[in-house]
Amino acid sequence: MNQRIPDGLREMLAQATDAGHLPWRALMKSGDWLLLVCVAALVAASYPLLWRGGVADRAIVRRDGQLVTELALNIPRKYEVTGAIGTTVIEVQPGRARVLSDPGPRQYCVQQGWLTRANAVAICAPNHVTLQLAGRGGRNTAYDTLNY
Amino acid sequence: MTPSTIELPVTADDYRIARYAAAAIALSVAEAALPSPLPGIKPGLANIIVLVVLVRHGWRDAAWVSLLRVVVGSLVIGQFLAPGFFLALAGALCSLGVLALARHLPSRLFGPVSVSVLAAFAHIGGQIALARAWLVPHDGVYYLLPLFATAALLFGTLNGLVAARLLAIPVAIPVATPGAAASSPAAEPGP
Repeated sequence: MNQRIPDGLREMLAQATDAGHLPWRALMKSGDWLLLVCVAALVAASYPLLWRGGVADRAIVRRDGQLVTELALNIPRKYEVTGAIGTTVIEVQPGRARVLSDPGPRQYCVQQGWLTRANAVAICAPNHVTLQLAGRGGRNTAYDTLNY
Repeated sequence: MTPSTIELPVTADDYRIARYAAAAIALSVAEAALPSPLPGIKPGLANIIVLVVLVRHGWRDAAWVSLLRVVVGSLVIGQFLAPGFFLALAGALCSLGVLALARHLPSRLFGPVSVSVLAAFAHIGGQIALARAWLVPHDGVYYLLPLFATAALLFGTLNGLVAARLLAIPVAIPVATPGAAASSPAAEPGP
């Protein structure tokens, strides 16, 4: 088996596993450290830059597809929309929004709970009301639409 | 046994490249068995061999070893011409392009670690570019970029350190001669 490892490589492996070799730190030159620090900074910066898309900053309420209101997601409040069969109550808290109550028979949009990501949507079909979150920047969004 | 009518002259270069390529292929096949949290995130251990070959024998040999590794490695694990093969090829080509430039970095300041990190980033760059253009034509691919970049930084550094340690050994590497290779039964099945 040993025969098939390249001669040079076998010698190198044998010596690399020996005791008394150079410490790992000695293998790094000053330019290596500089490059590593710069690259690590770039990598760290790429997280907020590329992962910001999912953050929502406003809730859009529609009735029959027509815009009713846009609620900023920074102040907690409740908002009532009158729809086809009754009143839907939207609750907004910092960074999230939900349908608090709805007259629909199956309560799908209420059971969906809190919406937190941009483009997440809760549809109260019987009452013709939708609640959708929107993020900043049209392009940098993670999803076209989110539903459960 | 009938002697072959075709004689392909085999040079010392061929033996050397074949042996390094075999080591690189073995590493990439072994690595294919490792579980990965995300397709595309791999240590890239074969690149240690490519780095060592680059420093010891130059870019041409490194290119041979790297491309042989991609082609034969994918044949062994049954991925030849599958999407993963093209991603690996794109990564290897980009990384070879960067290696061609990075080897001219002043060696007083920059060691194998820098070269390895740059090559690792070229690797993911090539892969993501191909994936965006061909496999997943949607900007959502860039969502994974921070994870790939973190993996490239980590594994690029580790591979570079291993290559640096291998290269730091002050031993003249004996060049495999055709005569020496012929004495080992596995390398020479001919007459």
